[in-house]
Amino acid sequence: MTNVGDSDRLLGLLTEGREEFTGQWVRSVTSTLAGRLPAAEVQQDLHELYPALLDALRSGGLATRDESYGEVRSLLTELSRNRARQGFSPTETAFSVLSLKDVLEPALTAGEDVRAYLQLARVLDDLGLYTIEVHAKTREEIISAQAEQLLELSTPVVKLWEGVVGVPLVGTLDSARTQVVMEKLLQSLLDLNATHAIVDITGVPAVDTQVAQHLLKTVVAARMMGAECVISGIRPQIAQTIVALGIEFGDITTKATLADALRHALDRIEARGPVEIGGLL
Amino acid sequence: MTSSSQPVEESDAQESPITGNGDVVKARQAVRALAQQARLSLVDQTKLVTAASELARNTLSYGGGGTMRVSIVTRAGTTGVKAVFSDQGPGIPDVDLALTDGWSSGRGMGLGLSGARRLADEFTLESAPGRGTTVSVVKWAR
Repeated sequence: MTNVGDSDRLLGLLTEGREEFTGQWVRSVTSTLAGRLPAAEVQQDLHELYPALLDALRSGGLATRDESYGEVRSLLTELSRNRARQGFSPTETAFSVLSLKDVLEPALTAGEDVRAYLQLARVLDDLGLYTIEVHAKTREEIISAQAEQLLELSTPVVKLWEGVVGVPLVGTLDSARTQVVMEKLLQSLLDLNATHAIVDITGVPAVDTQVAQHLLKTVVAARMMGAECVISGIRPQIAQTIVALGIEFGDITTKATLADALRHALDRIEARGPVEIGGLL
Repeated sequence: MTSSSQPVEESDAQESPITGNGDVVKARQAVRALAQQARLSLVDQTKLVTAASELARNTLSYGGGGTMRVSIVTRAGTTGVKAVFSDQGPGIPDVDLALTDGWSSGRGMGLGLSGARRLADEFTLESAPGRGTTVSVVKWAR
């Protein structure tokens, strides 16, 4: 510690006014959060944080990256993560730390306290920035988790009839989604013992060469497993665009609506006779 | 009536970077928004959006990224949408070959560039080895 005198003075002040400062701190934070967080939770957070901060100041001084601040940082990490999940802004989160400055300010009167106050302010600024960092990181984690969930959600494989599965595609079909769709479709063909698959693209806004290529790959893979594949939901504008692009769907059956595709699949199953309804085997 | 000798006026121009797959989606959305604003028919909207999608992906995968500039154009009372894709990539050594159906220097179907030409009403391609590529497409409301 460089400035022993000032820090001692600061520590003495913080230890002495412990109850009073914590109480004011809790009130100050609770009021800015405008009742969106129960006072009990704020109180619990800050009552843990205050002694941890005191200990850290006592042993580690002003070096907030020091090991002695480990406890404070882990408490702040938890606080920031919770606030981020509860939808509080980075400012509101950082204020939980920074408002301690406002609480201490009126308690300082004599001239020599200024230096001590500024040092503490620097510590609190550092810690405030740390909460913002954790807050941002948590939000990023939430976003990437949601993106993954969306990928899963947007590619359901549903059983439409005995031996017929349907894949309603919605949105953009990129390589990552095609992979998920293909895996799910092929697994369902096996699990549901299906002989027909219908890929419905009503919800795909534009079919370009990449989407077409992905669709074709999916169909070929399904065929390799012995299933017949129909692409449905080809709207007039999509049909005209595909023709203008010059994409050949070859011998792949396409239908305008999912209903047409299902009728086609059922007709095929009926034509084959009851013996083969058993499935892929 | 639309005549190629009439001056073309541009408005509502937006420029956006194309540096990742997400930008291809954004490019499609930007083109669709302007196509709706220009009152293109649903078929023409879809055609232009698809052409833009192909060209944006080309800019990304062959040009190493670049920019898209999309605007509403008017000529002799007719409105349309223009989209210009430019990159500073390696350029196209043989433009005629690149515009041949089924030919691709990558792993695509080889229909993107030629298909985009068929989907648009006007198509220009400027490219030279080492000097990047600029492709522009226009679709007019009918």
